[in-house]
Amino acid sequence: MIRIDVRLFAILRERAGVSQLPLDLPDGATVAIAAAALLEALPVLRNDLRVAAYAVNRAYAGPDAVLEAGDELAVIPPVSGGGGGSGGVGGGGVGR
Amino acid sequence: MGDDWLEISREGLDVGRATAFVAHPAAGGLAVFVGTTRGETNAGGQALLALDYEAYEEMAIVQLRDLAARARARWPVVKVALLHRVGRVRLAEPSVVIAVSTPHRAQAFDACRWLIDALKAEVTIWKKEAWEDEGVKG
Repeated sequence: MIRIDVRLFAILRERAGVSQLPLDLPDGATVAIAAAALLEALPVLRNDLRVAAYAVNRAYAGPDAVLEAGDELAVIPPVSGGGGGSGGVGGGGVGR
Repeated sequence: MGDDWLEISREGLDVGRATAFVAHPAAGGLAVFVGTTRGETNAGGQALLALDYEAYEEMAIVQLRDLAARARARWPVVKVALLHRVGRVRLAEPSVVIAVSTPHRAQAFDACRWLIDALKAEVTIWKKEAWEDEGVKG
């Protein structure tokens, strides 16, 4: 088993009520596996996770990226920096 | 700071200082973009008071460095400043400042536009509306 550190931001943090939580995963777990485990731990995030991107150790990562013990997995809702007005849902991109 | 000024700031952004920072004898053109909070009224008739910004700062700073590097790979950038606020940004206040200098003006315009578009698409920063009469007046 490996333990990773999950970080939640913006609407995800508000809905979950936590900004950070550890997740225990099987060896060789991918981002996709972590996402499924996160959904199981926090089912309230179901809809938000559908449009979230993921970053491992501060770099965007795809679902097949393999995680290692001690990794920081950030769950990233659609970004909305850069000024302007209220963006509503889908006001920004979700990374490269 | 060297040739790049990259910052996530809790304080008000100084557009003049960012412009002065990118000025350089090797540059003939400076382009500056300032993003500000735009007012509006929601469906419930409430007026927007401000936008509250938060960031995954550790990643956002890495991303700003990457944006500066990518801009330098595409244009002959002399100096660049990428500044973004976190916290409350009221109407018409700057939330982001992009300042870039290049030898010629077309390059400065193009690099500046590319930088703000890429920042908006990629950098881990989020805004949240603060509407009047929600216990967050002013």
